[in-house]
Amino acid sequence: MGAHIVQLERATKAFSLPEGGTITALQGIDLDVERNEFLTLLGPSGCGKTTLLHAISGFVQLDGGKVRIDGEDVSDRPPHRRPVNTVFQNYALFPHMNVGNNVGYALDIAGTERKERNQRVGAALELVGLAGLENRLPRQLSGGQQQRVALARAIIARPKLLLLDEPLSALDRNLRQAMQIELKTLQAELGISFIFVTHDQEEALTMSDRLAVLNKGVIQQIDTPRTVYDRPTNAFVASFIGASNLFEGTAARSGGNTLVATADGLQIEAACSGGWKPGDGAAATALIRPEQFSLVGAGAKGPTIGIDIEQVVFTGLNFQIHGHTPSGRKIVAIIAAVRQADVASAEADGKARLGYDPAAVHLLPADGTQAAAEMAA
Amino acid sequence: MSASTLRGRRRTQLGILLGPASAFLAIFFLCPLLIMLVYSFLEPGLYGGAEWAFYPDNYGRILGFANPEFEDYDPVYIAIFLRSLKIALITVAATLLVCYPAAFQISRLPDRWKNFALFLITLPFFASLIVRLFIWVLILKKTGFANMVLTGLHIVSHPLELIYTEGAIIVGMVYVFIPFMFLPVYASVEKLDWSLVRASQDLGANGFQTFWRVIFPLTLPGVVGGSIIVFIPALGNFIVPAVLGGAKVMMLGNLIEQQFLGARNWPFGAALAMLVMAAVLAILFFYIRFEARRGDDAPVLR
Repeated sequence: MGAHIVQLERATKAFSLPEGGTITALQGIDLDVERNEFLTLLGPSGCGKTTLLHAISGFVQLDGGKVRIDGEDVSDRPPHRRPVNTVFQNYALFPHMNVGNNVGYALDIAGTERKERNQRVGAALELVGLAGLENRLPRQLSGGQQQRVALARAIIARPKLLLLDEPLSALDRNLRQAMQIELKTLQAELGISFIFVTHDQEEALTMSDRLAVLNKGVIQQIDTPRTVYDRPTNAFVASFIGASNLFEGTAARSGGNTLVATADGLQIEAACSGGWKPGDGAAATALIRPEQFSLVGAGAKGPTIGIDIEQVVFTGLNFQIHGHTPSGRKIVAIIAAVRQADVASAEADGKARLGYDPAAVHLLPADGTQAAAEMAA
Repeated sequence: MSASTLRGRRRTQLGILLGPASAFLAIFFLCPLLIMLVYSFLEPGLYGGAEWAFYPDNYGRILGFANPEFEDYDPVYIAIFLRSLKIALITVAATLLVCYPAAFQISRLPDRWKNFALFLITLPFFASLIVRLFIWVLILKKTGFANMVLTGLHIVSHPLELIYTEGAIIVGMVYVFIPFMFLPVYASVEKLDWSLVRASQDLGANGFQTFWRVIFPLTLPGVVGGSIIVFIPALGNFIVPAVLGGAKVMMLGNLIEQQFLGARNWPFGAALAMLVMAAVLAILFFYIRFEARRGDDAPVLR
């Protein structure tokens, strides 16, 4: 028995379009999923994340490469003979069956003995907080309840792996946040791996043990949410996860730090501790997250950027300051709500000076593939 | 404006919208039906027409309680009734067998081909029914196309008796009723949510199990609806057996026509027609029961 519950080897898949031509959904993806792991596949629509999920569940036949589940090659097995279950995006509850029969479906198919079947249906419903609702029809339930039925139905057969295809996208915000926590708890309780597909970056950051960011059929980065957020490997990941201010320019050494000079005359200072260190004259992009800016006075120490304020948005937790540099570059800064007085005076001036810590600046190579190569070296 | 006048206005609007159709049906459907019902209990006149007297023996002649003084019970009527029932049921089964798989195939075609296929299905409506049935006479008759091919290929040595048989009627009925079965079946197949099929496979069901537990129950309303739409006109059909069954194989429709026009025995013809109605109403009753059970999804209060 291998250490990984799922292994994909050079998985490739292309779809032919009805109007001619093909679209490559997976470009030779290698992926190992650990046992008992909550892995999230994140990416914009059309990035191949759902295709990847379907390649594991069996609804997509790979053009090339292998899928192993629990060490067994299942590449040529149909969906009903793979030890995984799926929670579908629209729940896909059987409308002509009551909740009990929906949840018990997998056991009925497997021919589980009646008494055990009923007891397990009851237990699964209890686990998702719907005990006693066996006789309801799906259409008599709310969206959140339907979601839980779909979950109970997918875990009742004790799959080795649970796949979740954007299961929360139809729920309203509060319910979605509650379900995020519940899913995470459930995963820990069941002790099986979850592979969760979403295009919602907040959801991905909240729940995952590891996060795989996909774009154009390639895994751009796979790591813990913290690392993906703090140290994205390329500009795509940086801009897809969280808001970001990106400064493209040319690197130059200056003391212990690196300076990135942009075409419009800004100098961004970075400490480059532990990250990629560009050589003199190399093309580099500096990333400063909005929350790493602070409002500073005129005589502040350390590097600063002056902006003209366009708009200040109060979100409750903080202020979002949207502005631009004199040369017209857009800048977003997030300032804690407790600095209300400073924000108010800056807003009255229409100008602000934003300070940042060079240690918090992350440098990216201009080209993503180059980054991977240099990080490996 | 107060609620009661609003409701009153609604009622007036409803009356205006439904009035003409209701009046038309009352005058040209319900009244004749009542006349037929009354006629079926009248005594046949000696030279056609009816005598104004209660006379249950029209039904007795068919069902076996005839008063021998006036009428003879003849089992041939029950036989014709059963044969009609059999032919109608076979027609339903055969059209279903043709249409159900075809509906799945067509629903999965790209849109352009789908519309073309639906056009082909409805194409027969553009030609006269009589013309279409006489083409079947040309195909099935002794010197017709089917026998020409069979003898030409030496599959049979002598031409077969194809026309004026039950088989010929069934072929003709299936041919006529395919579009009626196809459209309701197709509507429910087209509506089928394929993610449910994927969910079933995902939960371990093979193709056969998925069909019986998910696909068939979800398309059943179309199957039942199509079956009824085909069964009712097939049971009393008159033109197909008249053209393809000739004088040899008679169905209820022909018998009724014969009583009204040939034998000029209106009361007996009316009694036969009432029996067909009764059979249809029985079927409709079961259908409504089925629909009611399916629609029984109001929140359960306990």
